[in-house]
Amino acid sequence: MKLLRELLFPLIAVVAAFIVGGILILIIGDNPIETYRLLFGSALSWPVGIGYTLFYATPLIFTGLAVMVAFRCGLLNIGAEGQLYVAAFATAWVGITFANLSPWLLIPMCFVAAVLGGGVWGAIPGILKARFGSHEVINTIMLNFLAVALVSYFIQYHYKAPGDPIMQSVAIGWGAHIARLGKFIPGLPQFIPLNLAFILALVCAGLVYIFLWRTKWGYELRATGTNPSAAEYGGISVRKQIIIAMTISGALAGMVGINEVLGHRYRYYDGFSDNYGFTGIAVALLGRNHPVGVIISALLFAVLQRGGIPVDAFTQHVTKDIVQVLQGTIILFVAAEAFFRGPFARWGLMKRSKV
Amino acid sequence: MAEIFTIALIYSTIRLSTPLILAALGGLFSERSGVINIALEGMMLAGAFTAAAVTYATGSPYVGLVAGMMAGMLIAAIHAVACIRYQADQVVTGTAINILMLGMPAFLSGAFFLSSGSTPQIPKEHLIPWIPIVIAFLMVPLSWYVLYKTPFGLRLRSVGENPEAADAAGVHVARMRYAGVLLSGVLAGIGGAYLSIGQSSLFTRNMTSGRGFIALAALIFGKWRPVQTVLACLLFGFTEAVSIQMQGVVKLPSGDDIPVQFIQMVPYVLTIVVLAGFIGSSRPPRALGIPYQKER
Repeated sequence: MKLLRELLFPLIAVVAAFIVGGILILIIGDNPIETYRLLFGSALSWPVGIGYTLFYATPLIFTGLAVMVAFRCGLLNIGAEGQLYVAAFATAWVGITFANLSPWLLIPMCFVAAVLGGGVWGAIPGILKARFGSHEVINTIMLNFLAVALVSYFIQYHYKAPGDPIMQSVAIGWGAHIARLGKFIPGLPQFIPLNLAFILALVCAGLVYIFLWRTKWGYELRATGTNPSAAEYGGISVRKQIIIAMTISGALAGMVGINEVLGHRYRYYDGFSDNYGFTGIAVALLGRNHPVGVIISALLFAVLQRGGIPVDAFTQHVTKDIVQVLQGTIILFVAAEAFFRGPFARWGLMKRSKV
Repeated sequence: MAEIFTIALIYSTIRLSTPLILAALGGLFSERSGVINIALEGMMLAGAFTAAAVTYATGSPYVGLVAGMMAGMLIAAIHAVACIRYQADQVVTGTAINILMLGMPAFLSGAFFLSSGSTPQIPKEHLIPWIPIVIAFLMVPLSWYVLYKTPFGLRLRSVGENPEAADAAGVHVARMRYAGVLLSGVLAGIGGAYLSIGQSSLFTRNMTSGRGFIALAALIFGKWRPVQTVLACLLFGFTEAVSIQMQGVVKLPSGDDIPVQFIQMVPYVLTIVVLAGFIGSSRPPRALGIPYQKER
């Protein structure tokens, strides 16, 4: 029954959002079924569609895990966006500065830069909350804007190729490139940027599961999230847990930098994130703050993102903006779950549980 | 230095502060009633798009302005129903609305105007560059008066501080919160409308570019009080005005431009500092973010 409930409400939220989206498509004069067929058909076609879908899913798994870890500690990290920008810049900085090192040295260094960059930017709101009690939501919003401004300053004034009209850094060294999966999987063309970071994302999901549910530290973190005063009474330092959770959360978000810089563009490109940090909130919520759920919902959101492109091109009126409309609606329905719980309770299908 | 501190700078400060003041005062009503409003950004976008689209269609900016207000209120109604009736997480709902409103205007303009994300240009004679500014500055004393000198304001503040006590005293908690959130939508809607049919002459994709969040920052910087909040908006508007005026005019001793990014950072750094309690303490309404469930 518990598993059913865990699966049922996210599923209803998704279906409800697609119905709302379908009505909107109908109103503006297109065929919803045709539109959705275009969307899913292209995103799930082998090899190009699936390749890109998995590529789009990679950053969302990282940010979904990031938001999830913070959530489990009772914190809402809406700063993944800023954390991943800082991390991507740090990754690119290492890749540029030490461009001539051997890959055996350079790639691990870039990984560390991504994790540290995101971790530090995530730790700041954690420390501010633990030390001064200031709310992490506001601080992470502010730190998002700070990150964007700071990184854009460094790119514009220090790391841009002279005369380049595009806001992007110079290229990182060859030694920092990580392999695209097309190299290993027959039939998957190498122009698809799906790379080893996808595997890393899956590994991270496993590690997050082990950490949270199979270690003492994870237990303490979750205990803090469930009931901070009981945790404090049981000898857990809530302040320490807040800082740890935000640091891990930031580090996970930071790994988006590995996918973007080492596996995709091989440089820092200003404004590369397509709202990954914010979509991560949706991914975590829809995935019920569980690593398996996060992977599944990251895949769903990636399908939407990839499928938006042919929808844009091949329907009369619908633009790819339908994707954000669907995403927003899904989160809204997931958040207001009680909206569905009411009727279910009335029909006697589900006992009303405390939200 | 002297050439940038001119009448033009004052005018530009007023223009840039106007949308912030409207949105921040809106946020004030919502948050003082106990509902977190990070959806200000989305409400502004709704107002900006609707005002531009309706003004273009009808040729009347007044109809457009009212439509923008209504659009802001409609989005606020979604936020209110989710947060108050269905007790959804207020921050998550706000985030959902912001994502939704990033897509929705572009989706609709793609359908109606066959453009990707912007409305057609509105002729100059159909713009209202002054009316929203007047509304914004009239709203300052009005908000203060309503919040502190009327029974409505007292009730609104009481449900944000101590809903149980307010309820026991006979105040309808949910109704007051609906009022607070809807008011925030109206004001943020006007703020958004000003961007599209006052300052500019069309709606462009994501044209608020974070102003809803700066308004939120001003609200916190102003410690959830109307006058201080407006002063914070003027300060943030001023930093933006200075950063625009300075570009290419003021140089560092080394002869380089002063990076505009550093001036952009000022509001955000100030907010973090204030929230950490370095400049007096900024205490949110006590019941902020907590859904109220009547005891049975």
